[in-house]
Amino acid sequence: MRDISLHILDIVQNSIAAQATIVEIEVCEDKIHDTLTISISDNGSGMDRQMIEKILDPFCTTRTTRKVGLGLPLLKAAAERSGGYIHIDSKLGKGTTVKAVFRISHIDRPPLGRLDRTIVSLIVCNPEIEYIYRHITDKGEFVLDTRDIKRKIEGISITQPEVLKFIGEYIEDGIRKIGGGVIS
Amino acid sequence: MKSLEELEEIRKKTLESVNIRTDRKNTRVVVGMGTCGIAAGARPVLLAFLEEINKRNLNDVIVTQTGCIGVCRLEPIVEVYTPGEEKVTYVKMTPEKVRKIVSDHIVNGQVVKEYTIGAYEEQDK
Repeated sequence: MRDISLHILDIVQNSIAAQATIVEIEVCEDKIHDTLTISISDNGSGMDRQMIEKILDPFCTTRTTRKVGLGLPLLKAAAERSGGYIHIDSKLGKGTTVKAVFRISHIDRPPLGRLDRTIVSLIVCNPEIEYIYRHITDKGEFVLDTRDIKRKIEGISITQPEVLKFIGEYIEDGIRKIGGGVIS
Repeated sequence: MKSLEELEEIRKKTLESVNIRTDRKNTRVVVGMGTCGIAAGARPVLLAFLEEINKRNLNDVIVTQTGCIGVCRLEPIVEVYTPGEEKVTYVKMTPEKVRKIVSDHIVNGQVVKEYTIGAYEEQDK
């Protein structure tokens, strides 16, 4: 994966496969502690202990884990390569949270990439899922909740080109306003 | 500065224009978004479809996704479903190829043979 926004797009695919209806994506740039944390939480089907343990091993592909494949191992490798780690929290029937921490100043940290494009892609492909995107920096917080958008555009689809265009620009603008989008 | 209030205007405009929607059956563009597809560049391909469809005002085209199609080495892969026609699978997609597929195939009904999986496998032999 070329950047972190593509990892996020990829990890959310797991949430979609797990029949999530709400996906929360959080990006937190903490320059003081030199950490960039991303977290993806869903209300999908979740995993049991056994599966959580297996999921990070790309070579352990039993039938149940085949669906998940390389996405998480790739994210783990990217985080660890830049002095970070990943953490997975999951409850069967409740949902899953995947958290990845990167060291901002590490030379091997991938760029954050275009989160606006990741969110727009996710909305287009799965308009029925609600996304809550939260981006935090030391200057402030930007939040986009597709439920708010849908309320405002009642009667038309969120996949209308003008709406998607607006969402992309709104996110780009929001991230810029809080000085986010670390350091590509 | 962008504000959610702008959506009100977009909504009004869209509601006024949406009435021109015809009974034509939808064409479906399905982009492979497995880890393989995303790593190979599925996102720019998906967004290129949106842009092209928007530019040409093709209200009856739906863009959606699927997981890994199973031929990871040929990603990004896109399948085009036109009602009454056989599915067409395009491989090794790029935003440039998207523009040609939209104009030749989706608008004018001519499959872009050289980008299809069949043409690709033929060359590869």
